[in-house]
Amino acid sequence: MRSKNAAAPRSIAQRMALAPYSVWAVLFIVVPLIFIAYYASTDNSFHFTLDNVRRFFTATSTVTDEAGTREVRTYLLIFVRSLKLAVISTVICLIMGYPAAYIISKAPARTQKIMITLIMIPMWMNFLIRTYAWMTILQDTGILNGLLRLIGLGPVHIIGTESAVVVGMVYDYFPYMILPIYSVMAKMDEKLIEAARDLGCNGFGVLRRVIWPLSLPGVFSGITMVLIPSISTFYISQKLGNGKFYLIGDAIEGQYVANNLHFAAAIAFILMVILLICMAFMQRGANRRAAV
Amino acid sequence: MKKIIELRNITKSFDGQVVLDDINLDIYDNEFLTLLGPSGCGKTTTLRLIAGFETADKGDIIFLGENINGVPPYKRNVNTVFQRYALFPHLNVFENVAFPLREKRVPKAEIEAKVNEMLALVALTGFEKRSVTSLSGGQQQRVAIARALVSSPRVLLLDEPLAALDLKLRKDMQSELKKIQKATGITFVFVTHDQEEALSMSDTVVVMSEGRIQQIGTPIDIYNEPTNAFVADFIGESNILDGVMLADRRVSFSGHVFDCVDAGFEKRQPVDVVVRPEDVDIVPEEKGMLRGVVTSVTFLGVHYEIIVDIDGFKWMIQTTDFVDVDEHIGLSIEPDAIHIMPKSEYSGMFGDYSSFSMEMDEIGVLEEETMEEVLEEAEVAHEE
Repeated sequence: MRSKNAAAPRSIAQRMALAPYSVWAVLFIVVPLIFIAYYASTDNSFHFTLDNVRRFFTATSTVTDEAGTREVRTYLLIFVRSLKLAVISTVICLIMGYPAAYIISKAPARTQKIMITLIMIPMWMNFLIRTYAWMTILQDTGILNGLLRLIGLGPVHIIGTESAVVVGMVYDYFPYMILPIYSVMAKMDEKLIEAARDLGCNGFGVLRRVIWPLSLPGVFSGITMVLIPSISTFYISQKLGNGKFYLIGDAIEGQYVANNLHFAAAIAFILMVILLICMAFMQRGANRRAAV
Repeated sequence: MKKIIELRNITKSFDGQVVLDDINLDIYDNEFLTLLGPSGCGKTTTLRLIAGFETADKGDIIFLGENINGVPPYKRNVNTVFQRYALFPHLNVFENVAFPLREKRVPKAEIEAKVNEMLALVALTGFEKRSVTSLSGGQQQRVAIARALVSSPRVLLLDEPLAALDLKLRKDMQSELKKIQKATGITFVFVTHDQEEALSMSDTVVVMSEGRIQQIGTPIDIYNEPTNAFVADFIGESNILDGVMLADRRVSFSGHVFDCVDAGFEKRQPVDVVVRPEDVDIVPEEKGMLRGVVTSVTFLGVHYEIIVDIDGFKWMIQTTDFVDVDEHIGLSIEPDAIHIMPKSEYSGMFGDYSSFSMEMDEIGVLEEETMEEVLEEAEVAHEE
C-alpha cells in the first residue's frame, strides 16, 4: 500500500510533464491521420465508399512511347516509378554516406565537428531554393555544361531526365543518411575493433564482421529517413524532371489542387500503408540479424 | 626453458612523453608472467606492443626467434583479454567464442567441438545461446577468456582482466585463471596494479615504474629481496631507512648498529634498509634495540597495524600483541629481517609512515582513472 502511495504522485507528475506532448501528438498526428482515413473511405457527400481505393488500383490510361501505345494502370505505374527513383536515390545515398560516416567518425574530434556542420549547413536553407539552384546547375546552358565545355566535353542533357530527379533527391536527403550512421559509428567501442583485429580479422574482416553489423541500426534509420521523403516528393520531380516524371507525390498534389480531396487522401493513405508494411519487414529483418 | 617473446631495447613515447624507456624482457614458454606497476608505468603499453596495437619507436619484438615488429595483430599468434572484455554485443556467447574460428574458416563440426570445449573450460556450458549483454561481469570475463583461448594462441595477454570484478569474484577468478593456465600450458602475460594479485598468481613478476623495469623475479624474490625503494614500497608494506654499511653483515641505522645477512657493500657506503612490518618484534622498552612511542593502532582482524614514532621516523609494525596509543615500547629486529639495498633515484621517497592513512591507500587502488589524471597533471607540471 505504502509503495503504491509513494508511486502515485510521481506518476501524476510524469503525466503532467507528458501532457503537452500528448496534446501535440493528438492534434497534429492522430487527428490528421483520422481525417485522411475518413476522407479516403468516403465520397464527396461523405458516404462510406471504397471507390477511391479501388480507383488507385484499377484506373487505366493510354501511354505512347518508343515501345508503342499501350494501356497501363495509371497509379500503379506512378507508384512503381516513384519507388524506383526513391530506391535508386537511397542506394546512392547509402553507398556515398556509409564510407563518409565511417571516415568522419574516425577523424579527430575537431575535424568531426567541422565535417558534420558542413553536412548540416545546406539543411538550414529552404529546400525549394536548393532545388532551384540545381536547376541552374543542370540546365543545358547551366553551370555544369559550362564547366564541361571548358574541358572540351559535353554538352550533356540532364535537366528533365530521371538522372536529374535522382541528383536532386540525393542532394536533398543525403544528410539524413549520413547523420544516423555517423552517430552510431561515433559511439562504437574502439576496443571491439581491436578485439576483432586481435582475433584474426584484417581490415575488411573487421568491417564485415563487426563495424557493419553494429552500424545496422544507423543504416536502417538512414534508409527510412531517405526513402520515405524521396518516395513522396513532388517538387523535385516537377522542377528537375520538367514535370515529365509524374510521381506519387505529384499525383497527390494534382488531385488535391483539382479539389479531389477524397482521392488525394486515398492515395496518401495507401502510400502510407505500403510504407508501413515495408518498414515493418525491414525492422523485423534488422531485429533478426541483431539476435543472431 | 624456451624463450617465446623477447623485447629488445623497446622505447615508446606518446606526444613526446616517454612511456617505455629501453625495455628488455624475456618471456618463457609456459610461464605466468605479470607486469606490475602503478598507473602510467607503461605496463599496458608493453602488452599492446606485444599484441601489435602499438609499434615501438625503437627496439625489436622477437617472437620465437623471429622479428615481428611490422606484423599486424591479426597475424600474431597471441590473443588478448581486454580490461572491459570487449565482447561483440551483436553475437551470442557461442558466436563470440567461435569468432576467431569462423575467420579462419574452420569446418563447422570442428568449431562446434572447439567452442564447447572452451565453454566447458570456463564453466559456461549451457550458456551458448545467451546474449552476452545479459551476462554478469564474471560470466562476461569467462566468455572473453574462452574467446581468446579458442584458437590456441602461444601467448595470452590479459590487460587488468579482474579490475572490474568485486573482491570475492576476483579471488575466485585468480585461482581459476591460474588453473586454466596450468591446464592449457599457454604462456600468460598478465597486467595488474594489484601487488597481491601479482604475488599470488605469477611465476615471474616484472615490476615497472615510469617506463622502466625495476625488477624481474619470482614473487618470493621480489618480496624478500627488492632491488630498490620503489619495489620495496610497492610490493607490500616496508619501513625504509637511511643506513650506513659498517662492514659485511653490519649496518647502522636509527642510531643503532644491527647484525644483518647482507654483504658485498663498501665500507661506510650509504644504503637503504628495508624492514617489513611483520618482521619486527615488540619487546619491553628496556630490552629494545630501538625505543619509541605508539602513535596509532588499527585493528585489521588478523593483526594490529601500529605506527611507532622512533626519533621522528614513523615505523609501521604488524603485531598480534595489543599495545595502546602513547605506550612506550621497544623493538627487536632479527638479522634476517633486515634487507639492504643500494641507494637509488627512489631513495627517500618511500617507506616513512608519517603521512600514512588507510584512506589514501584505498583511494589509490579504487580511483585508478582519477589517479591517472592526477599523475598526468603532475607529469605535465613537472615538465614545465
